[in-house]
Amino acid sequence: MNLVSRKAWATLALAAALASAQTMTVHAATPKDMFVMATLLDEFTTLDPGEIYELVPEEYVANTYDRLVRVDLKDPSKFNGDVAQSWTVSPDGLTFTFRIRAGLKFHSGNPLTADDVAWSVQRTALLDKGAAAVLAGIGVTKANALQNVKKIDDTTVSITTDQRYAPTFVLNVLGAWPASVVDRKLAESHQKGNDYGNEWLKTNEAGSGAYKLVKWTANDSIVLQRFDGYRLPLAMKRIVLRHVTEAASQRLMIQNGDIDVARDLSPDDLDTLSKNGVIKATAVPQATLMYLGLNNKNPNLARPEVWEAMKWLVDYQGIQKNVIRTTYKVHETFLPEGFLGALNENPYHQDVAKAKALLAKAGLADGFTVKMDVRNDYPYSEIAQAVQANLALANIKVQLVPSDNKQTLGRYRARAHDIYIGEWSADYIDPHSNAQGFAWNPDNSDASSYKMLAWRNAWNIPELTKETNAALAESSTDKRAQMYQKMQRDMLAKSPFVIMFQKVSQVAARPGVTGLEVGPINDLVSYRDIRKQ
Amino acid sequence: MTPQPTVLDRLRVANARGGVRLSLALVRWIAMLAVTFAGLLAITFFIGRKIPIDPVLAILGDRASASAYAAARVRLGLDKPLVDQFLIYASDVLRGNLGMSLLTANPVIDDIRRVFPATLELATLSTFIGVMIGVPLGVIAAVRHNRVVDHVARVIGLAGSSVPVFWLALMGLLLFYARLHWVSGPGRIDPLYDGMVDTRTGSLLIDSLIAREWDVFANAFSHIALPAGVLAFYSIAYLSRMTRSFMLEQLSQEYVTTARAKGLSERRVIWRHAFGNIAVPLLTVIALAYSYLLEGSVLTEIVFAWPGIGSYLTGALLNADMNAVLGSTLVIGATFIALNLLTDALYRVFDPRAR
Amino acid sequence: MHSPAERTPMKPARAHWRAWLVTDTPASPRQAALGRAYRRWRRFSSNPLSMLGLAILVLLVVVAAVGPLVVAQDPLRQVLAERLTPPNAAHWFGTDQLGRDILSRLVHGSRLTLSIAMLVVVLVVPLGLMIGTVAGYCGGFVDTVLMRVTDVALAFPKIVLALAFAAALGPGVLNAVIAISITAWPPYARLARAESLRLAQADFIHAARLSGASHLRILLRYIVPLCSSSVIVRATLDMAGIILAVAGLGFLGLGAQPPSPEWGYMVASGRNVLLDAWWVATIPGLAILAVSLAFNLLGDGLRDVFDPRHGG
Repeated sequence: MNLVSRKAWATLALAAALASAQTMTVHAATPKDMFVMATLLDEFTTLDPGEIYELVPEEYVANTYDRLVRVDLKDPSKFNGDVAQSWTVSPDGLTFTFRIRAGLKFHSGNPLTADDVAWSVQRTALLDKGAAAVLAGIGVTKANALQNVKKIDDTTVSITTDQRYAPTFVLNVLGAWPASVVDRKLAESHQKGNDYGNEWLKTNEAGSGAYKLVKWTANDSIVLQRFDGYRLPLAMKRIVLRHVTEAASQRLMIQNGDIDVARDLSPDDLDTLSKNGVIKATAVPQATLMYLGLNNKNPNLARPEVWEAMKWLVDYQGIQKNVIRTTYKVHETFLPEGFLGALNENPYHQDVAKAKALLAKAGLADGFTVKMDVRNDYPYSEIAQAVQANLALANIKVQLVPSDNKQTLGRYRARAHDIYIGEWSADYIDPHSNAQGFAWNPDNSDASSYKMLAWRNAWNIPELTKETNAALAESSTDKRAQMYQKMQRDMLAKSPFVIMFQKVSQVAARPGVTGLEVGPINDLVSYRDIRKQ
Repeated sequence: MTPQPTVLDRLRVANARGGVRLSLALVRWIAMLAVTFAGLLAITFFIGRKIPIDPVLAILGDRASASAYAAARVRLGLDKPLVDQFLIYASDVLRGNLGMSLLTANPVIDDIRRVFPATLELATLSTFIGVMIGVPLGVIAAVRHNRVVDHVARVIGLAGSSVPVFWLALMGLLLFYARLHWVSGPGRIDPLYDGMVDTRTGSLLIDSLIAREWDVFANAFSHIALPAGVLAFYSIAYLSRMTRSFMLEQLSQEYVTTARAKGLSERRVIWRHAFGNIAVPLLTVIALAYSYLLEGSVLTEIVFAWPGIGSYLTGALLNADMNAVLGSTLVIGATFIALNLLTDALYRVFDPRAR
Repeated sequence: MHSPAERTPMKPARAHWRAWLVTDTPASPRQAALGRAYRRWRRFSSNPLSMLGLAILVLLVVVAAVGPLVVAQDPLRQVLAERLTPPNAAHWFGTDQLGRDILSRLVHGSRLTLSIAMLVVVLVVPLGLMIGTVAGYCGGFVDTVLMRVTDVALAFPKIVLALAFAAALGPGVLNAVIAISITAWPPYARLARAESLRLAQADFIHAARLSGASHLRILLRYIVPLCSSSVIVRATLDMAGIILAVAGLGFLGLGAQPPSPEWGYMVASGRNVLLDAWWVATIPGLAILAVSLAFNLLGDGLRDVFDPRHGG
C-alpha cells in the first residue's frame, strides 16, 4: 500500500544512516604518542598561575609552567630544582638565594632569566588574587613583594621572608604553583594597563614547562602539546584532558578505549573494571581530608561534650567499608598520612552508648535538631546521609541542606551554618598548611581578615594559634614533628572538628599506560613520564 | 463542492491583500519583540542579582584575603545599586556587548557563538528525525484509527515521552556505545579530529562537509547520532501524537467523505487534501517541538558531555556567572520569540479565522 | 453498532435510572448535568486505553493512601552492609547505595508524586484560566497587556527560571514544583484565551449581557466553566512532563533532597550505580513511566470525551 511505503521509506532511510554510521565510525583508538584523560574541568575559570586556586587547574599549571624547585615525590623531604640549579639559606634563616640554570628557554623562545623568576613571584603577590594567600605564608605580600623578592643578577634571585621558618616550609611554598615562572616579555607585551598580563594570561599560557597549551575550551577540553626544547625527554606528543562529568560516562569511555586514564570513577566502577582486567587502578593517598565542622555559634554545638559525642557517633568503619571503599580511608587527625608529623591514631569508632552518656552529661539526652550543609555532588551527598543516620541514633536530628558547592561554601565562610560537611586540601605538603587551616585563629571577631576553618566555626583558640606559629618557626624537623603530634592529640580530644576520612585518589589506567605520577596534591601531578605500549 | 484552498492559493490572496497592511503588521511585530525582550532582560537580571550565590567566591576562591574580596566586588560593579547595574548592563547589550564570563574568562558572545550552534545542531537533527518518523507515524495511526496499529503506536509513543531523559541517555550509551559499538561515545568529536576543520557555521557536520573532510564528518556523525536519537525519541512521540490528532480532525470532515465518494484515490485524499490542510498547524507544532529541544537539552548534554548552551547556562547559573546567564537567556529567549512570531505569522497568513 | 441499551438486559431499577439519565428532555439543570456526565463516562469507559490510565492512577492513589502503612520497612533505614543487593525475597526491589529498601521507598515516594501532580494542577490551572479568560473576554488593551506578559513568560527558558528559583528559594520538591509551575502556565493562558475569544461572541453571552449580568458574573459562571474542560485536559497531558521535570531538577541537584524517597531523585542518584545495579535507577524510572503514561492516557481519553471531533 502506498501509504505504508512513505513511512517505510523514512524508517529505512534512518536505519541506513545509522548502519552506515556504524561502518563509518572511524574508531580512532588514540595513537601511541597521544594521551587522553577524562577528568573534571569545571574548576577552570582562568589559566593564570598567579590567580588559580582550584585543584585540577593546579595540575595543569604544574605541567605547563616550571618553578624554582619541586618536591621530590619519592622522598617528600627532598627538593629538586626545576629552574633553580642550587640554593642557599642565609645564616639568619630569612633569605633564600637561588642560582638559575643557564640556557633555559620559554615556549615562546625567550630566554629564561632571573628577571623572569623574580617578576613572576612578585606578580602573584601584587595581583593579590586567590593564589596570593600561599605566598603570604612566608610573608611575601603585596606590600613588600618588590623589596623581598629581588633579582640579584641575571642568574641569581633572592627571596626574604618575614620571620624565620623551617627551610622545608619555605621551599614547599616556593615549590608551589603560585611561584611558577612566567615569561615576562611575552606577558608584558599583552598587558592591559597595570594588570601584569593577567587578562591575557587568563586564556593563554606563557610558561617553560614540559607541555605547551594548544587550546582551552571551557568545560570541554584542554589540549597540550609537547615542548620540544624541554630539558627532559617526553614520550607523549599530545595530551588531551576531557571534561566528562558523569562517572558512568567515564567508565564506558575507558572500557571502550576512548580514554587512557579516568580520574573520577566511583568505587563500584573501580571494582568491576579492575576485576575484569579492563583497567589497573593505582591508589594514591591525597592530602585531602573530609570532616564535619561544628559551628560554635550554635549553642548546642559549642559544647565539648557534644563535640566528643559526635566523634563517637559516626560509623567511620561502616561508611568507609561499604560506601566509599577504595576512594577514602579512615583518618581522624588533621595531618594526612605522609606528612611530617602525621599521627596515625584513629581512636574513635562508633559507640552509641558513650555518645549518649556524653550528651546526657551536657543535658541534651533528648537530642536536638540541627542543619547540615553539604554540596550536592557525589559522594558527599551519600556520606552526609549516612552521617545523618548515625547521628540520629542519639536523637540528634540532622536536616540536610544540600546545594551547589559555591553556595555551601559561601554560607560556611559567612558562619551561617550549623554543621558543615566537606573537604580541606593542603596547598603544599608541609604540615603548616593544615595546621593553619584547622588550628589557627588569630582573630575570632566577625571582621577578621583571616577566614580559616577554626574561624569559620567560631572556635577561639589563642593557645593553639600560638603553638601553630611556633611549630612553623621551628627549624629542627624532629621537634617540629613532635609539636604537631601534640597539637593533633589535643585536637582529637577536644575540637569542633570531626575529621573522618582521607581521600585516596584512584587513578584508573588502561593496560599499557604507565608513568602518570600522581602526588598527594594536584600540584604534584606530573605528565612527564607517561608512556603507552 | 469547491476543494479546500491550497497553500499556494492562500499565499496569493495574502499577497493581494496589500503591502501596507503587511508593513504595519511588521512594525507591530517588532514592537512586540522589543517589549518581550525587554521584559525578559529585566526579569532575568533581577532574579540573578537576588540569587544567594557569591560570584566573587567563584573567581577568587576560598582562601583569598578580605581586601582581595572587596577589590573584586568593586571591579565587578557589585557595590552599585541594583537599578544602576541593570541600566549599565542594558546599555551594553544594546551595543552588542554581552560582557565577560566569570567562568571562562571569555567574552560571553564568544562563548555563545561556540556553544549555541552545538545545541542547534543537536536540536535540528533530532527534530528532523522526529519529523521523518513521527509525522508519517501519526498519519498512519489516524488513518488506521482505533485499530491495533493505532493503539500500539500510541502506547509506544506515550511510553517514550514518559521516560526520564537522562536515564534513556545512559541506557542508550550502554547499549549502542558500550555493547554494540555502533556509535561513538560522549563528546562532540574524537580528540584526534578536534580542531581539524575551520569553524564556519558552528555545526561540525556542515563545516566538515564544506571542508570535504569525510573522516571528520563520519566521526562527528557517529558522536551526534546517539544524543540526537535520544532527543528524537521525544520528538517522535510528540509529533506523532499531534499529527494524529490533526489528521483525525480533518478526516472526520465532510469534504473527505465527499472526495472519497467522488472517486478520488485514498492516497490523494489523505496526502494531498487532508494532510495539506494540516501542514501549517503542523509546522507550528514542529517549531514548538524545536524550541522545547533548545532549552530542554541540558540533561542530555551533561550525560553526553555535549558542549551546548544548556550545560553552559546551568553551570553559569550555579556559579552566579550572571553575564553568561543573561547572555544565554537572551539568546535562547530571542530564538523562542522569533519562532513564536514566525508561527503566529504563518497562522495569520494561512488561516483568516484565527484573526 | 449496538446502542448501550441493547448490550445487556438490565434490571428494571437500573434501566429506570439509565433512562432518566439519557433522556432527551431533562426536567432540571441537575438532571441535564448528570446525564451529560453519564454520557461522557460511557464514552470514556469504552476506550480500553483510557481505562488503563485511570486504573493505574487509582492504583497510585491507593498505594499513596495505604501503602506506607502496609509496607514493612522504614524507607530511611540504612543497612550499609546490605547496600546494592539485587531484588530478592527480603527486598523485593533490592536495596540502594545506602542499603535502604527500594520497595518501601517507592511506596512512600508515591505520596510525593501524587502531591506534586495535585500541586501543579492547583497552581497552574487557576492562574492560566484566570489570565486567559480575562484576556479573551475583555479584549483590547487588557488583552494586549496580558498576552505580552504571557509572551515574556513563554519566551523564558524554563530551565533558567526553575534553576533560579531553586537556587533562590533553596532546593526542595515544593520549590521545584513552584518554579516549574511558574513557567508552565502560559500555554494554558493562551488556550483559555483562544476559547474565550470564541465564546465571547456567542449569542447566549450577548443574551446574558442584555439581561443585566455583570462582566464578572459572566466570566465566572459561563466562560470559565466552558474553557476549563480543555484546560484540564491539557493539564492532565502535561502532568507527565511536570513529573519528569521535577526528576530532571533532581538530576541537577535541585529537586527533592536526600534522603527523600521522591522517585525522580531516586532515579537521579541511582544513575551513579546504573551500570552495576540497574534496579536502583530503573525501578523508580519504571514507576515514573507508568504514572506518566497513565496521565497521558487519561488525558487523551478526556480529550476524546470532551471533544467528539477528536474521538471519531
